[in-house]
Amino acid sequence: MNVVIVKYNAGNIQSVLFALERIGVKATVTDDKKLIQSADKVIFPGVGEASTAMKYLKERELDKVIVSLKQPVLGICLGMQLLCDYSEENNTKCLGVFENVKVRRFTTTSTPFKIPQVGWNTIASLKGKLFSSIEKNTYCYFVHSYYAEVNSFSIAATHYIQPYCSALQKDNFYGVQFHPEKSAKAGEQILKNFLTI
Amino acid sequence: MLTKRIIPCLDIKDGRTVKGTNFIHLRDAGNPVELAVRYCEEGADELVFLDITATTEKRKTLAKLVREIATHINIPFTVGGGINTKEDVSVLLENGADKISINTSAVKNPELINELAKNFGSQCVVVAIDTKIIDGISRVVTHGGRTPTEINTTDWAKEVADRGAGEILLTSMENDGTKNGFALDITKQVSNLVNIPVIASGGAGKMEHFTSVFKLADADAALAASIFHFSEISIPDLKRYLHDEQIAVRL
Repeated sequence: MNVVIVKYNAGNIQSVLFALERIGVKATVTDDKKLIQSADKVIFPGVGEASTAMKYLKERELDKVIVSLKQPVLGICLGMQLLCDYSEENNTKCLGVFENVKVRRFTTTSTPFKIPQVGWNTIASLKGKLFSSIEKNTYCYFVHSYYAEVNSFSIAATHYIQPYCSALQKDNFYGVQFHPEKSAKAGEQILKNFLTI
Repeated sequence: MLTKRIIPCLDIKDGRTVKGTNFIHLRDAGNPVELAVRYCEEGADELVFLDITATTEKRKTLAKLVREIATHINIPFTVGGGINTKEDVSVLLENGADKISINTSAVKNPELINELAKNFGSQCVVVAIDTKIIDGISRVVTHGGRTPTEINTTDWAKEVADRGAGEILLTSMENDGTKNGFALDITKQVSNLVNIPVIASGGAGKMEHFTSVFKLADADAALAASIFHFSEISIPDLKRYLHDEQIAVRL
């Protein structure tokens, strides 16, 4: 199986590569359009800032490539957020795969809530093949200051300050806010599930 | 619900895990990769590796060790020790570290925090602050606790958060290695002052100490070394205990 990780100016790509290696999959990290288009599975990771990432993708026309993909695509963290319509992070128009879904910044006036949310939180209201054999309220590892609002594409929900959407799906596009590559055995199972879709 | 994190810390010297009392006397506590895998399986929420030799010629060894750790464990891990530049960070992240921790180099050159946050994102920048009460005031100490500074710990905590640190790892030098419990006062002060997560460190000896630091001092995570290395407290026992104490933990 030919798995491609989209290379762009956002961190954590190595962590995804190592996680795939641990489950016995050798992936290619590339920003080559043809290689991305011909892959069996595409992973679109990312930790970073939305407007800079979008600018980079546009300059290399990767924005058009990503939205036109027909094979299973998994956006992780910033990758998931970029698949949404819009992010409040520097007022950024995103790829719009998940139509009308807005990414907001966590706001709080009270301790104990810190921003970013860092650590292990539960995922519930799980739907679809991505979460096959994953139990409700499984813990996953999150690091983020922005979140997707509750929406009609939701396949997982999490609560931090308020309920929000922690995974989405539309056709062949999947997005997860948490880091499956860092979420212990549950995360490995979710990656395996994605690779068998 | 977001859980409180339990973080074993592995001090690394020449590729082996060591743990000192008050940072001076070192005991060999084993192979770091073996320990890391064991903690991972036992339910540690994250791991921290501090390279306490951290000389330039050893950095290559560290990068190799980081890569080996990354190929074996499936939870986030932080690497610290001797990081002075953006290039040092690049090497560690390329080898699979999720976060890096800076301490003395940040005090010497606070702009480094901004630079790292801008280049790699705040999520991977942990600023470690070693604190000690000097003349009744909590001050920052550097160089593994050997060099006192005039800087107030709370002022520095606020500054590192403003400069883009993603988390603060706060170690009380009085408490470290004593097993008499975490420094609750300064941990609470820092945690309530900044809006980024605070990892409490130094002094864990009993399971009750973790309850106190979470319930009384608002720590977001707690770090310990020797109690885990020498199996005085097992992570599963600790987590079950905290769960019974109504503290949210990942079981």
